Amino acid sequence: MKKQEVICYIAMVIISLFVLVPIILITIGTFTPRLELYKWPRGLIPSRFTSDSFISFAQSYGVMNGLKNSITVAVLTVIFSLLIGIPAGYSLSRFKFKGKSLFTVGVLTTRMFPIAILAVPLVKIYMGLGIYDSILGVAFIHTIFAFPFAILISHSIFASVPREFEEVAMVLGCSRLGAFRRTTLPLVAPGIAAIAIFAFIISWNEVFAATLLTLHNRTLPALIVARLEATTLDFLFASAFFMLVPCLVFIFIIRKRLLRMWGIILR
Amino acid sequence: MSPKRQSLLPFFLILPAVIFFLIFFALPLISGIQTAFTTPEGELTLANFEKIYGKSFIKAVFNTLSLVAIIIPIQLALALVIALLVNTRLFGTSKFLFICAIPIALSEIVAGIIWLSIFTEKGYLNVMLHTLGFLKQPTIYLSYEKPATLFMTIALTEIWRATAIVMLIILPGLQMIHKDYFDTADIFGASRLQKLRYVTLPMLKPTIRTSLIIRTVLAFQMFAPVLVLAGRAFPVLASETYRIQFFTRNIHLAAAYALIIMVISTAFVLFYMRSLRTRWSA
Repeated sequence: MKKQEVICYIAMVIISLFVLVPIILITIGTFTPRLELYKWPRGLIPSRFTSDSFISFAQSYGVMNGLKNSITVAVLTVIFSLLIGIPAGYSLSRFKFKGKSLFTVGVLTTRMFPIAILAVPLVKIYMGLGIYDSILGVAFIHTIFAFPFAILISHSIFASVPREFEEVAMVLGCSRLGAFRRTTLPLVAPGIAAIAIFAFIISWNEVFAATLLTLHNRTLPALIVARLEATTLDFLFASAFFMLVPCLVFIFIIRKRLLRMWGIILR
Repeated sequence: MSPKRQSLLPFFLILPAVIFFLIFFALPLISGIQTAFTTPEGELTLANFEKIYGKSFIKAVFNTLSLVAIIIPIQLALALVIALLVNTRLFGTSKFLFICAIPIALSEIVAGIIWLSIFTEKGYLNVMLHTLGFLKQPTIYLSYEKPATLFMTIALTEIWRATAIVMLIILPGLQMIHKDYFDTADIFGASRLQKLRYVTLPMLKPTIRTSLIIRTVLAFQMFAPVLVLAGRAFPVLASETYRIQFFTRNIHLAAAYALIIMVISTAFVLFYMRSLRTRWSA
């Protein structure tokens, strides 16, 4: 092995450890007996591993409800983003029309604002509409985060499927919708699944808007923020571990598409 | 299907997106500006801005800008290093890429709690220092009296969490640079460093600009790590907005705060657009 390669490997190991060690530590922390977290001196590895903190987190007041809210909001965000994003992405990939570039610029502009901050005026608007402190209201603002991604990614996925497939199907007697459903849709399905996962993660993780727009119907992150000042380490560690696991699973599923998807968004 | 209907189809398909954009992006933006400049009674006023202007506001602006100034250059450099390492295509780089990308899937609040487990009084940093024999009694890092330490822990948390975002923007940009440029540089005997300085970085300018814009904008809504690690001891713009909204229940003051964040962040975006203008930029 050349000297340069050795240096590269050392750098890769150091950076990997920087990313992974904190995740390992929170995992250890979650399964450490609760009292040991406050003991001094204490060792890195606890005297025994236990799921006590985890169970008491799951059973503490509001958590199950928060979990239900988080999942509902995330699923709604996925549905809205796909319903809004896929037709628009399809339109951008298949048609030339007036205002197309204006529309694309509009979509891109959303990235240039700290959108979460829009939650502040939305409080007022939501109160007027009667959807303040509701699952639906949070899902709407999460959709604003996620749908530009859905449009840009689905646009490029559709662009990679030749339109001739649809044309042939239409010649053979399919309607436009039928042609789309029978030819393009099966080909783009994995890409759309990746968009759905992405939208789910965006919503599942979002803190600021969810905190501002809810009082009782809190999602998990909003619940944790509300409890911050009056809670224990074991509750926090278990909550972080609990929020972390689905994300790790999801990112593992879409790992192959990750780079391509971000490559699209950067333009 | 009539030709007329056919030609309307593309508009019909983007219509939901346009309506959604107008209701949940344009409307709150306009309503936010209006709310910031009016009293609860609906009169036009600048009083909201006068009311929020004060010691904690200046502190929040200062803290936010210092975080931006420290975090973003470090993230950019680290992201570039990671991207260059991935691009060597040595054995194992795809696993390395996946590991580096993991934090992108993590919530701000999760990142905050993870680093809390390290920096809290009986946390893993003190435990490790104790095990290695450097320390008898735990040091307190996260305290109101240590703003510099608070700053460093928050910066570290953000670097850990959000470098992945920058890296995943830089890497495709790096891979788009045509191999011919490097081959030419080789023919002229350019060293590694020279290639980085005269080929890679200039070609990456549009990509770097995009990553700077996205990352800076996200930094202005940074919220949860600050709250987890410092509570109220380290005010930043987003956490102050939250505090005002929740404790004064005055939406006009909060809207004024939100507007200021929008203005500062837009100023940054415009600055990047102007100062990193390129021939290739869209």
